[in-house]
Order: sequence, then C-alpha cells, then structure tokens
Amino acid sequence: MTGLFVLRTGPAVSIQDHGRAGLLSYGVSQGGAADLRALAEGAALLRQAPDLAALEMAGFGGEFEARGDLRIALTGAPMVATLDGAPLAWNASHGVMAGQRLKIGAAQQGVYGYLHLGGGIDAPKMLGARSVHLAAGLGRNTQAGDVLQAGPDTTYETGLTLPVDPRFDGGEIRIVESFQSDLFAPQTRTRFAETTFKRGPRANRMGVELLSQGEGFAADGQLNILSEIIVPGDIQMTGDGQPFVLMRECQTTGGYPRIGTVLPCDLPRVAQAGAGQQLRFKWVSLDAALDAEQRATQEINRLRSQCKPLVRDPATLQDLLAYQLVGGVVSATDDPFLEKDLKGADR
Amino acid sequence: MRNDDQADYPQIRTVGLSGLIISFSNRLEDAYNRAALALRAAVSDAAIPGVLETSTSLASVYVRFDSQQSTHAALTAQLSQLLADRDWTQAPLPKGRRFWRVPTVYGGDLAPQLAEAADLAGMSEQAAIDALGAARVRVLTIGFAPGQPYLGPLGPEWNIPRQTALTPMVPRGALVQAVSQFVLFTASTPTGWRHVGQTGLHGFQPTSDTPFTLRAGDEMQFFPVSKAEFLRLCEQDPNLGGAQVSEVEA
Repeated sequence: MTGLFVLRTGPAVSIQDHGRAGLLSYGVSQGGAADLRALAEGAALLRQAPDLAALEMAGFGGEFEARGDLRIALTGAPMVATLDGAPLAWNASHGVMAGQRLKIGAAQQGVYGYLHLGGGIDAPKMLGARSVHLAAGLGRNTQAGDVLQAGPDTTYETGLTLPVDPRFDGGEIRIVESFQSDLFAPQTRTRFAETTFKRGPRANRMGVELLSQGEGFAADGQLNILSEIIVPGDIQMTGDGQPFVLMRECQTTGGYPRIGTVLPCDLPRVAQAGAGQQLRFKWVSLDAALDAEQRATQEINRLRSQCKPLVRDPATLQDLLAYQLVGGVVSATDDPFLEKDLKGADR
Repeated sequence: MRNDDQADYPQIRTVGLSGLIISFSNRLEDAYNRAALALRAAVSDAAIPGVLETSTSLASVYVRFDSQQSTHAALTAQLSQLLADRDWTQAPLPKGRRFWRVPTVYGGDLAPQLAEAADLAGMSEQAAIDALGAARVRVLTIGFAPGQPYLGPLGPEWNIPRQTALTPMVPRGALVQAVSQFVLFTASTPTGWRHVGQTGLHGFQPTSDTPFTLRAGDEMQFFPVSKAEFLRLCEQDPNLGGAQVSEVEA
C-alpha cells in the first residue's frame, strides 16, 4: 500500500475531484473541488489525468506520514508546508519517501489548499465520483487515522513548479444576467455592481456570504417566488436582501432569487477570498462571458507545458520562510502544528 | 423589473453560461407541473446534440448543454419547436407512481414550528394537524438535496411565506412547510421553511442499490401519530419510519 497516513488534520479537509455531473434530477449537485484550477494545476505538476482526486484543505492542512515512496503536489491557497521539518515550495511537486512526515499548516492567503498524490487518491467512488459532498450526505471529512491511499502512479517526475495564478485576495468578479435577474430593479442591479463587498464569516463549499454597508438587494415579493434551478456561481439574496454566492456544493433548487451568475472561471477567486477580503462584481454580456470561459479553458489546457523545474536552493527557501514570519500575512502562532518547527527554522 | 403575466408563458431564458430554462408559469399549479414533467421527457427523447442533462423544477424544465457543441440560439430554436408541438399542460402524469403513507409527529419538541405555521394559516394547532395529516400531496419535483421531494399543492390557506431568517438546522426526515407546499428533508440542513412535522422516512440512502426513495409524481400522506408511536416505528424501520407504500391505480 502506498499513501499517506493522517496523523492530524484541520476541521474542513476532504477528498475532492470534479464531482458528479448529471444527477440534478435526483437533487444531487455536481460538487467537486472548490478551486478547479488548483485541481488542474496539481494534475499538470504530477503529469497525470485531470480527473483524479486530491485532498482539499480549507484554511488549514494537517500532518501526514508517508506509507511507501510517493509523489505529491501542493496547489491552491499557499500554506506553510514542511517535510521532516524542511520547508517545501508551494505550487510544486515533490518526492516523499516512506516514513517521512509532511506537515501542512495554515493558509497564508486564500482559503483552499490542495494536496495531490501521484496516482491520485484512490478513495471508493460514491454515485460515480470520489468527491465528498457533505451537503448531500456523501462521505465525510478526512480525520486522524484515515489513510489516503494512492492510485497506481505511472511516472517518477517531481520537482516541477507552476507560476502562481493570483486569485487569493478577492478582487473583481465577472457576472452574467440569468433568468431571475429581471426580478431585481435595474437600479438594484447597477447598485450591486457599484458596491464593494467584504467576504463575510459564513463561507464554505456551499456558499459564500457577502457583506456590505447600507441597503440590501432584495427583489420585490421575493419571499413568495417558486423554487427554481440553481447553478454554482448564482448570487442568491436571502429574505433580507443579503447576497450569498452559491458554490459548487450548493443545493440544486431554491426559492431565494438570484441576481446573476458568476463566470465559472472566476468562481475559484470567490472561493479563495479570505474572510474580510474585498469583492466587486462586474456585469458582462453572455458573449463576453462565453469568450472568457473559452480562454480560461485553453489556459488550463496549457498548464502542463508551463511547468518548470523547481530551483532547489535551501538558503533561498530558508529566507523565504523567515520572510513569511516577518511579513506576517498569517501569524505563525495561528498554527499550533507548525509553531515549533517554524521557530526552529527561524533560529 | 419583470411583471409576470400567465400570457407571457411559456418562456425560455438563460441559466448562467450553459443552461436554458423553459418555464410554464410563475405559479404552482398542477397543470404546469405536469407540463414540466412531460416536456422534460420529450427533450430527453429528442436527443438534441450538445444537451448534457435535463431536470425539472415545480413548473419548469432545465436544460444544461455544452456551448462548444451547440449555441444558445440553436438550442432555443429546437426547444421552441418542441414547445409548439402540443399543449403540454394537458399531458398525463408519469406512469408507475406510488402512494406513500408516512407516520408523522406534528408539533412538540420534534417539530417546534407547527404553532407558528398554524397561526399564519389562521387555524388552531389541532385543526392544522387534521388538515395537514389528511392532505394527499404529490411529489412535484425532487430537488435542493439528494432525493428530496417538494410536495403539493396544499390549499391556499397554506400559501405562507418563507421566514426572513433561516432556521439554523432541521434534522433529516423533517417535514417543513411554506408557499402551499411541504418539503421532506433528506439531510439535516438550515432552512427558511417552517418545521411542522417529523418523520422517519429517508428519501436518500446513499449506500443502497436504490439510493433515491421517491420519484416525481409519487403521492404522499403524512398521517399524525404520537411521539411514542413515532419513536417505536423509527426503531423498527430505521429507513422508512413505518411508511407504507402501494401502487397508484392508473
């Protein structure tokens, strides 16, 4: 058996792949990784199929022990990672030997970090996919004592890195009108795009809360509309006109009206916005949105050719780690797993 | 802002980047629900290139497609053609429907919002239990969560709005009520609907060969039982909570 034994883990860590398409009529939303770009980056770095499962770590990773030699890649929200105490570069692939300990701490920026295994995580399929879908009652979060078993790994290449695609600090999100947009007054739609939101404290794989000053964004008579289809990226207004962006593990139908829909290629940026970070929304035409989506797909397809050898320079890595401590994007003391190791590295 | 009039229906609109929705009404009526079920079957049968998936809501059909294989314009034209084929509101209900009688505890600590819902419907708690417990409702659609039925229609006195704030959590098997419908929750969830009854019926059994208990078109009655009887039934029959099922005569 080759894989990772889970010694400790953060509270919202789960196995994710592309999810289950085609089950909407049974009330099952597709689900899958919150940041599909990160999933694609891991596949490119490990030179493997794009539909393999990885470990999605919200905010915080865990501690793992290797069972057998294996390859890993780390993508998504950058987290402090060490292998037997030595710092590991993020957005890169690495070799891990049997018995080595991998520690992944708090996200320095963004929310969802990903740990990929060479051969993917070979968890049992449920309704056709390996993705945990908590809202649907499919599977559960990863916990201490679990083993993440690697699937058959066919290559040996490690030590690759990809340039970071910045999407971990909020920013501008493109949206299109959808079938309920005209339930909202034109001035409400305009005001929505003119408002700077902060990502609220309520955010998970189902939805992300948006906070703003002043009046809400309710539609008229919105408490009595029929429940209708929901797609990921829909921006729903709850009863008091407060917006939530619905994410990949959202419900399949709902009665709160949606003002518009986030472009799928911009959804990782919403998922990766940390609490308190600013988000703004920009209306684009359907044609512009389809063009943007096609370009994003082409970019994903080019990831494999953009991987570069990782420059292994322990002195530089040491400096980087020290910089992270001094820069204090995230306090190292927020992370009980790594505090000791980081202090050691800093000495 | 939209000013909906039934004369404006059916409508075809876009859903996000790669979907279309065909809506028969903005109101819940039996005929519109039947129309949606029948049109969805017809869209599936037509095997239109690029269509990836179809589903129904209460009075609408959703079509997800691959925008590399088809276009919004082409698919809209194909769906308009199908719509023009017949009067979909006259379509028959699906075949092979079943009738489920489900033991239900109304009110008390297991379903704490019955009194509130009864107030909004303008009746006493006992009258609400009698009315809701006698109603024979249909699975109008499955949605929101796996295998989860929207049920109705209930009478106009039950056309009460959702809550403005969400109830943080109701358990699996919860029977909740709003807008002339029930929903029977298949997993614990936050909701804007009011928790009026509790059942032991699991609409989604992920490890079973038949994970989805109910189908659109099935009929259901939630007859009242005591809490003690309910607990006994749940222990005896952990998946269905004592629910009895029979075929609906065609």
